[in-house]
Amino acid sequence: MDQVGGAPAPSGDSALALAKVPSGIQGLDEITAGGLPKGRPTLVVGKAGSGKTLFAMQFLVNGAVHYDEPGVFVSFEETAEDLVKNVRSLGFDLPGLIEEEKLSIDYVRIEKSEIEETGEYDLDGLFIRLGYAIDSIGAKRVALDTIEVLFSGLSNEGIIRAELRRLLSWLKEKGVTAVVTGESGQGECLTRHGLEEYVSDAVILLDHRVTNQISTRRLRIVKYRGSTHGTNEYPFLITAREGIVIMPVTTLGLEHEALEDRVSTGIERLDAMLGGRGYYRGSSVLISGAPGSGKTSFAAAFADAACRRGERCLYFAFEESPSQIVRNMRSIGIDLQAWIDAGNLEIRSSRPTAYGLETHLATMLRDVQIFRPDAVVVDPISSLITVGSEADTKAMLIRFVDYLKVNQITGLFTDLTRADGSPEQARIEMSSLMDVWILLKFIESGSERDRGLYILKSRGMAHSNQVREVIITDEGIDLADVYLGPGGVLTGSARYISEMEEGEEVRNREDELRARRIEADRKRKVLEARIAALQAECQGVQTEFDRFSRELDRKKRAQSEERGHLARMRQADRAAREHDREQ
Amino acid sequence: MSNESDRKARTTEEFEAALKDTDSRYILRLYVAGMTPRSQRAIENIKNIFETNYKGSYDLEVIDIYQHPELAKEAQILAVPMLIKQLPLPIRKLIGDMSDEDRILVGLGIKMLE
Repeated sequence: MDQVGGAPAPSGDSALALAKVPSGIQGLDEITAGGLPKGRPTLVVGKAGSGKTLFAMQFLVNGAVHYDEPGVFVSFEETAEDLVKNVRSLGFDLPGLIEEEKLSIDYVRIEKSEIEETGEYDLDGLFIRLGYAIDSIGAKRVALDTIEVLFSGLSNEGIIRAELRRLLSWLKEKGVTAVVTGESGQGECLTRHGLEEYVSDAVILLDHRVTNQISTRRLRIVKYRGSTHGTNEYPFLITAREGIVIMPVTTLGLEHEALEDRVSTGIERLDAMLGGRGYYRGSSVLISGAPGSGKTSFAAAFADAACRRGERCLYFAFEESPSQIVRNMRSIGIDLQAWIDAGNLEIRSSRPTAYGLETHLATMLRDVQIFRPDAVVVDPISSLITVGSEADTKAMLIRFVDYLKVNQITGLFTDLTRADGSPEQARIEMSSLMDVWILLKFIESGSERDRGLYILKSRGMAHSNQVREVIITDEGIDLADVYLGPGGVLTGSARYISEMEEGEEVRNREDELRARRIEADRKRKVLEARIAALQAECQGVQTEFDRFSRELDRKKRAQSEERGHLARMRQADRAAREHDREQ
Repeated sequence: MSNESDRKARTTEEFEAALKDTDSRYILRLYVAGMTPRSQRAIENIKNIFETNYKGSYDLEVIDIYQHPELAKEAQILAVPMLIKQLPLPIRKLIGDMSDEDRILVGLGIKMLE
């Protein structure tokens, strides 16, 4: 089916590059690198209700309005009046365009029961009508919707096939760019009647799948001769304002610029844990946690912080209505309504089961494109898994995250993990997309559950490895250090009690120290007193001795004086006087 | 007087003829795209059938949509040659080179299927 072994597509700026005309359909010109092949027919294949007619009409209307290329719409199924009515809601003013000779609608009516075939014929009638319409308004674009009706309206298939071949080569000769629509066929055949045999330059497949009662529209370029093109299936929307809008997000690669700029998490202590400055701008953050662990509160704090910086935040909610979120967050001191009123915040709530993943993605991307936020919250991504498989959801999120990164939008995603079981394992797939992964986990102790916060990873920044206890109060979210005691990590009342106990112990120790100091002081004083007493005693002894010694001297002197006096009195001999002198 | 009665008689005759016309006269339009051999064949075939069976009681108008492309859209012409029986009602459409007389007569509601 696809182009096999074809020559490599010429590069976009080469002179040989295939000339293209812009379709003006949002996103299509990006994935086809310019639009549909100029002057050639493009086959648009799809089942009933897949948007073929709208595609063809948008191609013509855009041509007429934006590119000065008038167009002829040949309808084999719907009357001109029906067509006018059907696209009026999209803002297409067909009667006005017809009036200005920018558009011509020709309804070709074929009713098998009204026509008898008697011999050979050809479809010159169609050629002439079409040729006349093209010439009268100078049309550059043509839509044939759905030409396969010929097969049911006429019975000679040989003639129809020959005429189709002739018609398409005639259109090429005329140099008009044509969109030919066809019903998808079964099995090998792309279209029910093998139209691809005649329209071989470009084939676009519109798919409308319903899985689990949920419909998703996808577009794929099956073939584009001589041109590069995105080969993926692209989700598309049929919106009330713009008609078909294709989201060519899968073309994005991992080429986004990493920013050094940081944005606050909205929680001071958490900023501190993330190297003091919060998340990187343009990064993606996953907050996973059990029900009631405070994921939405974290998301709201983040949104609030963004708005506080004067930025814009888009909040996708899959579980709560905007007013419910506003009310609930007011209870923890976050006033989101003020930001909604100021136009900084927009909350988009939708049930995950409202539409398929692709449609969710496309809608979300469209919202982001229109609102141009600096920060986006998706709360929670786990809800989307109810719509598709985990693999599909991941694929969708990769595209969404890529889109946000390229546009330097910080994304915060919450993820509900089961209350039991290991959250790390449950969402391991999702976490690889994320730059920061914060886990909110209940810590049970002393018959109560407290919220613990773990930073499981944070790419490109120093971050705390400490567990913190999340305390949600009327004034917001705060993080507390957990008590790391001999019995492990303690939180809540247990932490409080432990802290008290520890405090008491400290106090006791201080008391003892004080008491001992006093005791020591006292003992020291006693000893000092004793020392003083002994010194005094010692001094007393010395004084006694000195006094005794002086007394003795005095006595000796007195004795000798007395003896001299006696000797003189007894006329003692010289010898005696000598003896006295020696004394 | 004679002049007047003459005119009266003639008017009556015309009226009766006209009455007869709306009853059984075939008003046919044959759309062709250029005077191709196929177009000429179709014209000849139709003329033959009606000259043989309904001589004098049919009107055949041949329209070349190459000359008048604006008429093709109006008359919902797709395949050519196309023969449209405008009258008597119901309107019938036939396409082809009119080579199958039986089918034409059945198609126009002139002959019943056997």
